[in-house]
Amino acid sequence: MLREIPERPAILALSGLTKRFGGVIAVNAVDLAVAQGQVFGLIGPNGAGKTTLINLISGNFRADGGAIRFGGTDVTRMRPHELARRGIARTFQAIRLFKGLTVLENVLVGRYVRSRPDVLASLVPFRAVGSIEREASRAILDRFGLGARAGALAAELSYGDQRRLEIARALASEPRLLILDEPAAGMNPTESAALSGMLRQLADAGLTIILIEHDVRLVMGACERVAVLNFGRKIAEGSPADIQADPGVREAYLGSGDDA
Amino acid sequence: MEDLQAFFDAYQTTIGFIGINAILALSVWLTLYTGQLTLGNAAFMGIAAYGSALLTLKAGFPFPLALLCGALLAAAISLPLGATVFRLRGVYLAIATLAFGEVVRVAILAIPLTGRGQGLVGIPTKTELWHIYVSLLVIAYVCARLRISSAGRAWSAIREDEVAAASQGIPVQRYKLAAFVLGALIAGWAGGIAAHFNFAIQPDEYGFARAVQILVFAIVGGIPNVFGPIMGAIVLTGLPAVLQPLQEYRDILQGTILVIVIVYAPRGLATLLDVRRAARLRNVGAQDVA
Amino acid sequence: MADQIYNAVFIGSIYALFALGFTLVFSVLDILNLAHPALFTLGAFVALFAMQQGVPAALAVVVAFLVCGVAGVLLDRVAFAPLRRRNAPPLSAMISSIGVSLIIIRLIQLKYGPDLQAYPQGSLPADVMTVAGLQIDTLRTVIIGLAVALMVGLTVLVRRSRLGRELRALAENPRAARLLGIDVDRAIAATFFLSAGLGGVAGALYGFATNSPFSQMGLNFELKAFSVMIVGGMGSIPGAVLGAYLLSFGEVASLTFLPSELRDAFAFGLLFIVLLVRPSGILGQRAVDRV
Repeated sequence: MLREIPERPAILALSGLTKRFGGVIAVNAVDLAVAQGQVFGLIGPNGAGKTTLINLISGNFRADGGAIRFGGTDVTRMRPHELARRGIARTFQAIRLFKGLTVLENVLVGRYVRSRPDVLASLVPFRAVGSIEREASRAILDRFGLGARAGALAAELSYGDQRRLEIARALASEPRLLILDEPAAGMNPTESAALSGMLRQLADAGLTIILIEHDVRLVMGACERVAVLNFGRKIAEGSPADIQADPGVREAYLGSGDDA
Repeated sequence: MEDLQAFFDAYQTTIGFIGINAILALSVWLTLYTGQLTLGNAAFMGIAAYGSALLTLKAGFPFPLALLCGALLAAAISLPLGATVFRLRGVYLAIATLAFGEVVRVAILAIPLTGRGQGLVGIPTKTELWHIYVSLLVIAYVCARLRISSAGRAWSAIREDEVAAASQGIPVQRYKLAAFVLGALIAGWAGGIAAHFNFAIQPDEYGFARAVQILVFAIVGGIPNVFGPIMGAIVLTGLPAVLQPLQEYRDILQGTILVIVIVYAPRGLATLLDVRRAARLRNVGAQDVA
Repeated sequence: MADQIYNAVFIGSIYALFALGFTLVFSVLDILNLAHPALFTLGAFVALFAMQQGVPAALAVVVAFLVCGVAGVLLDRVAFAPLRRRNAPPLSAMISSIGVSLIIIRLIQLKYGPDLQAYPQGSLPADVMTVAGLQIDTLRTVIIGLAVALMVGLTVLVRRSRLGRELRALAENPRAARLLGIDVDRAIAATFFLSAGLGGVAGALYGFATNSPFSQMGLNFELKAFSVMIVGGMGSIPGAVLGAYLLSFGEVASLTFLPSELRDAFAFGLLFIVLLVRPSGILGQRAVDRV
């Protein structure tokens, strides 16, 4: 197992992070460092604690032990909206779009932390509200090939489009860290290849990405570095090639009978 | 012209109450638009009604100042209340705000200054119809503009999915609280206006029945935009007055309309303005009320 | 003192009977049925109507049970079933039940007016015994006995019978219940029949005890029942019984230090505090969802 120190500074560092549910330890003393601009893969059998781990990072769960540092500050106790303002954006394993809002409105909400507050300005008669944000949101939709569907309700999109919209909404906040929970689930091979290319592009532009994924090809193709969780513990970390060669990792997957 | 004058004279009270009810419906619309069912606005109305009436009656305050103080009192009480009850959701939130309403009612009964069960009599009837309708216009305008502002977008995001809204950086509790306090302020304004429209007020006017009534206006009218609650108040207040022979059946009419709306047009009468969007929302199974 | 305890037991039994039906529907279907108080009132007036036709009081209670039970099933068909088919949020059902409640109360008023009514003279037992210095009237004692029997009966039914198992499965997961071969529609109908029937009986009994049924009699009970259910734990049957007696004893005790017009403050103050401190109640499960 390789334990090289990333040459770039870590934007996210977890140390001894622990989460219990009743008697079950879902995440057990996990240490992790993610470098700026890295695409970091998080894999492991079902129930290994991957989603719990990112719920801790995004503030949706409170850690029972350990610490999370993001961009140099301790964010362990922060709540989701504070973390979002600091630049952590995420998607959800079970897509959580604003179903009854339009595609454009979803992205507009995604731009919340980037928008200037316009509550008082909105009260001025006849003044147009939010036109700048609307422009920016349309541009994002165009980039994701969703421009033509801006007026559709989010729930009217196909499954693959909903996944893409969720990523578009997350990127609309111009985050520093993007966490994707199984973004390729429900995508066909072409779509998932396109996703892989896009993630690389984003990372090259300096965005840090954490990717939970079952699609091995996507993980191996897109990630620079991969960590493996099993029973809440980190059992391996390294380059994709190292991970594929790691006997412990094979054991974990074969032992649990999982096909990922 | 004379006919119009005669019409106004005959229906003065009804016309006034249509406007007051529309303001009340808008006060609960704010929280409903945020996806939260609260039933405290009757109590805020009562607090401000008593507050402002006591100020004009016993302290000789000018009417506008008394109105403002009453509404601010209601808002001031709603702030700590909201900060505590918004940890709750769904029926628990509804029940907690309802319980608060009962506490207020009992408190009014217990304070000698309020005239207890007899209520307050002899309130100067300072409210003119135009006061009511100018207030309604201003409040409706503010609500409509807020709806399309970033705050309105945050409110609808919270209604659709709180967790996802928080993940976009929206401070969910703060927005819920803002909707609640603003709603209390508006309900309080309506309470002050109603008290000075009426000559006398009683604690029972601000109980459970009123809380439900306000909710019914908003739900029947519909939550998607500010016209809904106004429409609901007009239809449900105006219809029984116009159909005098049906006076006895008013509750039956209202109850039937409410059930039909909830079952067949869950987004309310306002959706009649945009049938296509309503149908699409129904098809995707989006949140309807609360 | 003993007099007050007796009184607390009596009013607690009525609270419990009322809250049981309320909580049964909530536990199985997650619906806060705000038409329950109207069914309570309906029970009192169905008994009144029956007794005016010469039916004896004991039988009138049975009639109230049956009529209200059927009304409950109808209520579900009209106001709730369409919402279930659409998968509407639970609060829609609550609002829809408000509509039905308005209709029922108004229908009662159209027949009997808004004022206090009285049961036909001589139709209710009026004898009072004095046992060890305690004034005990037969009527209230019978009512307490009947209420306790119904509470026990319902608990046994839910815990032991096949219907009870079906209801618990339904409460747990409606889709799974259907897959298990449970006739969900029948189980739901049974829930409403029992709930509304119990509500009707509670109304009839309370009407008897006060001998002054009136169209708004359910309102105060509705608010008290919220208190009972929240304190005991929403959807918990033993919780409702526990909450009912806690409230009735608390109210009686509060009269020693609160003026009588503040009697209601106790119930709502208690409700409010429990909601903020422990919204799941004494015997309930979690009420505040986190992610």
